[in-house]
Amino acid sequence: MRPLASSTRSEVPPTRANRSGRVTPVSAIVLATGLLIVAGAVSLVVGNGQIGFDRVGMVLLGGADEYAGDVVAARISRTVMGAVVGAALAVSGVLIQGVTRNPLGEPGLLGVTMGASASVVTATALFGFTGGFASVWVALPGAVLAVAVTYLLGRQSGSESVIPLVLAGAVVSAVLGAYVQAMILVDPTTFDSYRHWVVGSLAGADFDTLRAVLPALLLGVVLAWVCTSGLNSVALGEDVAVALGVPVARVRLGSIAGATLLAAGATAAVGPIAFVGLAVPHLVRALVGADHRAQLPVALVLGAAVLVASDVAARLVAWPQELMVGVVTAFVGAPFLLAAVRRGKVTT
Amino acid sequence: MSEPESEPVTGSVNGSVSQPSLRAERVTVGYGTHVVLSDLSLTLPRGRFTAVIGPNGCGKSTLVRTFARTLLPRSGEVLLDGVPLGRWKPKRIAQRVALLPQSPVVPDGVTVRSLVARGRHPYHSALRQWVPGDQEAIDVSMAATGVTDLAHESLTELSGGQRQRAWIAMVLAQDTDYVLLDEPTSFLDLAHQIDVLHLCQDIRDRGRTVVAVLHDLNQAARYADHVVVMREGQVAASGMPSDVITADLVRDVFSLECEIGPDPQAGTPMVVPLARS
Repeated sequence: MRPLASSTRSEVPPTRANRSGRVTPVSAIVLATGLLIVAGAVSLVVGNGQIGFDRVGMVLLGGADEYAGDVVAARISRTVMGAVVGAALAVSGVLIQGVTRNPLGEPGLLGVTMGASASVVTATALFGFTGGFASVWVALPGAVLAVAVTYLLGRQSGSESVIPLVLAGAVVSAVLGAYVQAMILVDPTTFDSYRHWVVGSLAGADFDTLRAVLPALLLGVVLAWVCTSGLNSVALGEDVAVALGVPVARVRLGSIAGATLLAAGATAAVGPIAFVGLAVPHLVRALVGADHRAQLPVALVLGAAVLVASDVAARLVAWPQELMVGVVTAFVGAPFLLAAVRRGKVTT
Repeated sequence: MSEPESEPVTGSVNGSVSQPSLRAERVTVGYGTHVVLSDLSLTLPRGRFTAVIGPNGCGKSTLVRTFARTLLPRSGEVLLDGVPLGRWKPKRIAQRVALLPQSPVVPDGVTVRSLVARGRHPYHSALRQWVPGDQEAIDVSMAATGVTDLAHESLTELSGGQRQRAWIAMVLAQDTDYVLLDEPTSFLDLAHQIDVLHLCQDIRDRGRTVVAVLHDLNQAARYADHVVVMREGQVAASGMPSDVITADLVRDVFSLECEIGPDPQAGTPMVVPLARS
């Protein structure tokens, strides 16, 4: 072996090279940031409207026609929205999987998605509005309320088990799901606007919507950060956590609240987007291991990258038409998740 | 949680500053309607290796969990430095008393080093998740338990003995006066049991107070300085092994007829069950 050939690699025996340490959080963030930059750049230049690379360049330099300017502005806002929503869903998934220790954990597990849906359907049926900005103010409280009900139903004082909580989430989701079905069968108008909302799309994204949900998202991230260290301890079992001085109940509540705000904000902004909140946490764990303090920043960036990339794919697969991003996330995320599973790196 | 009544040095009633101490005073502890410990008082001798022994279901685990405040007594109090645990902040307790439960959860993908680092949690806050001293405490704990070379191994891929050493390293990293271990030798083969017992002695030699729930009377007598014998939620006897472990005690507490001879290596009491007549 040549001296100076490699710096850190040679210190670790190759057979057991960081078998579970995987990559460092910093390199994972760098990797994800690279992905995000590439996806973001591509997101600015693709889509219908025939505004290609050259005209985007002209817009960014300030010398293009109004039409091209509008197209690029729309692409910028949907890219930013995609990044923010993807980040929020991924962090939400990390929290939910951490607190329920359930590999199938995702933001919808505790009722966020169905809460938002039921709320939107109700508002549409009662007040007749058809999506758009108003649905933000309807979906957000609906989602939060559904999780609050789940939490109150599933809470068992003095019990280590989170199974009652997960089951309560399933019950709440099922009841709300039935209600949504009933409403859309009864009222065709509801059905139509709900059908568009429920897929999840970045196409109409604008900064007003983003501004409306941003406080919820920021609060969610702060809660997430405060809870990460506690989640690491809770993962070792309640006895260990208590012996380490961790306020277990508060960590659980904080994580659930954070996850709910993040997922509710994201869902309110663009509709329910599946799979990001489930798959990205698995990818993050495969990259950086089980430390939630490392998972959080990586999930932020990787979640953003995955959703922006999915949105790009959504604009390309049916060219010159475009699909809604909620349809595409699973197709984009599945190969990565499968690869992680097959390499045996997916853990809970 | 209330603010800092919990400063480490608290004036005691008679005006002198109290020594670090951990004692239970007339505690009654139970689950649901079932009372496990009733009116139990016990002071853990400082700087010693204490073994808690007794038949199944006598409340050994409950006792150590009560000392670490992972169980709350219904009545009575556990006093740390003379101050009831309820008046301490949880993190301050965790800086003084560490507990390794009987079967802790092993999440997949956690490396040994990451596990040991989690022992530093009591010194962190939401904004300070790393403090000076973490690095040293983690390194020293891993070296003391011989897991330094396993630092980057996943916990789930280790043998039972290695894994137990890693857990013990975690509680050592907590840097506490009191180290409580609930059945640290169960599920290990004999060589690893002895290994853990030697480790307990090493920890004691570093100035910590070690309390371990053990099943094997001979091991308790041989390796511990002090034994607490429990029966039906109360302390049946406590003291030096050579004073406490007698044929009468074993008959009373374990309902076993035996003869006590000297351990050929250490001269400590050794329980030899009588042959069936």
